[in-house]
Amino acid sequence: MGSDENILEMRGITKVFPGVVANDNVDLDVRYGEVHTLLGENGAGKSTLVKILFGLYKADEGSILLRGQPIAVGSPSEAIASRIGMIHQHFMLVPTLTVAENVALGMTSSRRPFTDLDAVSRRVSEISEEHGLAVDPSVEVRRLAVGERQRVEIIKALYRDAELLVLDEPTAVLTPGEVDDLFVILRRMADAGRGLIFISHKLREVMSLSDRITVLRNGRVVGGTTPAQTSREELAQMMVGRTVRLTPEKPVLDDGPALLSVENLTVHGDRETVAVDDISFDVRSGEIFGIAGVSGNGQRELAEAIAGLRGVEPGSSIRLDGVDATGDDTRARRDRGLGFIPEERMRDGAIAEFTVSENLVLVDYGSDEFTSRGMLAFGAIGQHSRRLVDEFAVKTPGIDTPTSSLSGGNIQKVILARELSASPTVLLACQPTRGVDIGAAEYIHTRLIEQRSIGTATILISEDLDEVLGLADRIAVMYEGEIVAIVPAEEATRDKVGLLMAGVVDPAPQTNS
Amino acid sequence: MLKAVLGALVPLLAAVVAFAFGAIMLLALGANPLDGLNAMLDGAFGSGSRIAATAVKATPLILVGAGIAIAFRTSVINIGGESQIIAGALLSTVVALTLPDLPAFILVPLVLLAGATGGALLGAIPGALKAYASVNEILSTIMLNLVMVQVMNYLLRGPLIDPFEMEAGTRIPQTQRLSDNAALPTLIDGTRLHIGVPVAILAAVAAYLILWRTPTGFRLRAVGHSPEAARAAGISVKRNVTLAMALSGSLAGTAGSILVFGSESQRMVTDGSAAGFTGSAGFNGIVAALFGGLHPLWTIPSAMLFGALLTGATQLQRVLQVPAALAVALNGIIVIFVISSTPVRGWLQRSLADSGLFRRSGNHSEAD
Repeated sequence: MGSDENILEMRGITKVFPGVVANDNVDLDVRYGEVHTLLGENGAGKSTLVKILFGLYKADEGSILLRGQPIAVGSPSEAIASRIGMIHQHFMLVPTLTVAENVALGMTSSRRPFTDLDAVSRRVSEISEEHGLAVDPSVEVRRLAVGERQRVEIIKALYRDAELLVLDEPTAVLTPGEVDDLFVILRRMADAGRGLIFISHKLREVMSLSDRITVLRNGRVVGGTTPAQTSREELAQMMVGRTVRLTPEKPVLDDGPALLSVENLTVHGDRETVAVDDISFDVRSGEIFGIAGVSGNGQRELAEAIAGLRGVEPGSSIRLDGVDATGDDTRARRDRGLGFIPEERMRDGAIAEFTVSENLVLVDYGSDEFTSRGMLAFGAIGQHSRRLVDEFAVKTPGIDTPTSSLSGGNIQKVILARELSASPTVLLACQPTRGVDIGAAEYIHTRLIEQRSIGTATILISEDLDEVLGLADRIAVMYEGEIVAIVPAEEATRDKVGLLMAGVVDPAPQTNS
Repeated sequence: MLKAVLGALVPLLAAVVAFAFGAIMLLALGANPLDGLNAMLDGAFGSGSRIAATAVKATPLILVGAGIAIAFRTSVINIGGESQIIAGALLSTVVALTLPDLPAFILVPLVLLAGATGGALLGAIPGALKAYASVNEILSTIMLNLVMVQVMNYLLRGPLIDPFEMEAGTRIPQTQRLSDNAALPTLIDGTRLHIGVPVAILAAVAAYLILWRTPTGFRLRAVGHSPEAARAAGISVKRNVTLAMALSGSLAGTAGSILVFGSESQRMVTDGSAAGFTGSAGFNGIVAALFGGLHPLWTIPSAMLFGALLTGATQLQRVLQVPAALAVALNGIIVIFVISSTPVRGWLQRSLADSGLFRRSGNHSEAD
């Protein structure tokens, strides 16, 4: 816990964008040595607030006191000069430059007009050592993993001697292991007396890292608390403004026939190495089959192989509803009843430039229902789209709105609506709630369970362990391309699955069904 | 609303600025810019037959431009208009030479169809190479332009040469006068306005309908915006990239047969270069398409503008005794201004948005 002295006080900050009050009289104070979390749904105004602090936006009203002195931050360079550092959600690094070069970028060299990269490298090494941020300064950034790139961003801020550090959703791109490492680093930085503002909407992370929590909703501060005084459920309620069920209820169903059978599936990755190594499983009607694992253990390749987007090695077999589909392309598999919610929503799931309506028929545009005499039947497409927008509560000004202007959660609802409206017999759902608001996530979970009730065989691939534990009837854990265990939901605990994800196979007899 | 107005206004403004540059060039050449403008307007629209000439000049640009819109909307860059025009012209010429006695109401559609087929073939080749072998379509189409010039020169100097040229020993590389049954009927007597003009306009309308009203166009645009999402939805990227190039080429190929059968000489002639036959329509069509915002319908007025520029330049040269290259330069200046107007437009819209003068249409909030 930090000292009682504030490094930062933001008073009565108001910022209005055309049509939206992004910040409405927001107060925030951060003490030396604490991690202060800004919690809120997407669009609650968290990013706007810290962008004002960092000089990227100008507040319409309100004042900022830094170390007790009123300041006006006009630009990021002024913010940096005031020892404010910001780690953006999307990294601001040049991939082809080395770590040291990236750190030095935009700073004045001590040996102008020449560079002083040796000095920079030395200082970077010192900082890495001091804070446990293991990174080699001479490596090109493009060779680094995502978690390492983030460390470079933190080093950049520390190099500029930041005393107040803002982290805008730093865990969004990290694997669970990387998140743990990051939190150790952040805690250490706070203990050294720095003030940290941590922005997130992931409740588990907020509970484990924060000293204090300020919750924003619709641009207003709706409450302040500490992890000791609150619970995940209460935080969710504050964020959303109503009661939220974090663990969905599932009806008990009888075993149905296997609708998806994967046998001896071997798939190569992008670099021709084995990504999925001879795995077999069945998914039954009315079952959610969860696949847990740290990202990069073959889940993506497995999903692409099932969807028909990636070739499989000889001997592999994929059967949909009892019929061999190994040689089918994506179209044919979809025609056989496969629904597919891709992991990369904006790349694979929807077309940003297309309208909501166009994305809702991205698969079925050519069906008899939506064409007449060779032309698209816009009447029928419009009707269908309006119905889905209503039914799935997609927040959009209209069905002809470009999809890019919707929030992530609403885009995901568009994709979900499209895939479920085709009444899939097998549904492949990859990271269905990643980066999505709590409210939207709750809704998506409810729909997945409804789909289970009407007999769909669902494969749920997710890095969110809570999601897999909450939804799945059986959980397969992938590690290095293999399924190391298939655990029935009743036997699956967080610890057990977590160990399996790390490749530690339970010494107790494992259950394979 | 304002966005739409800006969208139309900025390219027009760019054209005006380009013309201002043209005026400066005229001044530098010692001519009066107002006289120059007069001469150009007179040359392009001064009489019925001049308007007809402008429309005829614009015809290949409309066709190529509409084809370019299809390709670009599918994210394929078709620089091969020249080769596709030549292929269309050659195939339709062969058809007219082989079946000269067919009645006009069969032969005219047939040569146009042959033109479309030849162009489609020359489009499909780089399209398929890109789709199935990842060959860069910019390179392959440019290379095919060079190849087709030589194919044309070879055929017109050898197998397809007018037998009379051989007898007389003059050996001008041109075909014999082609069957009159294949000549494109004129629509207004005393002018050169032939049915190629309405054919081109209809083709542009068809291109629009295909792109935005049919499942085929839906697939093409889906692939153009996001090959990954299209693939995940079950749309074949390879097939549609090939198709886009074939469609694009078929429109250019039609332009090729219109160039042959809409000409007064009613034969195919080469001066050894591609531009000698095509008048660079394969490239100018790209310009017309860009100026028309890659929309097949807007390509029609845009092509008319460039057609007027071409016919107007002839008159400009005649009246003011300035080099014809001035029109080419003007053409180029317009392109530069129009293309650079895209960022200007974005900048204008952003600064207007920031000043709060107008509200965004979508719920494109900046919060979070």
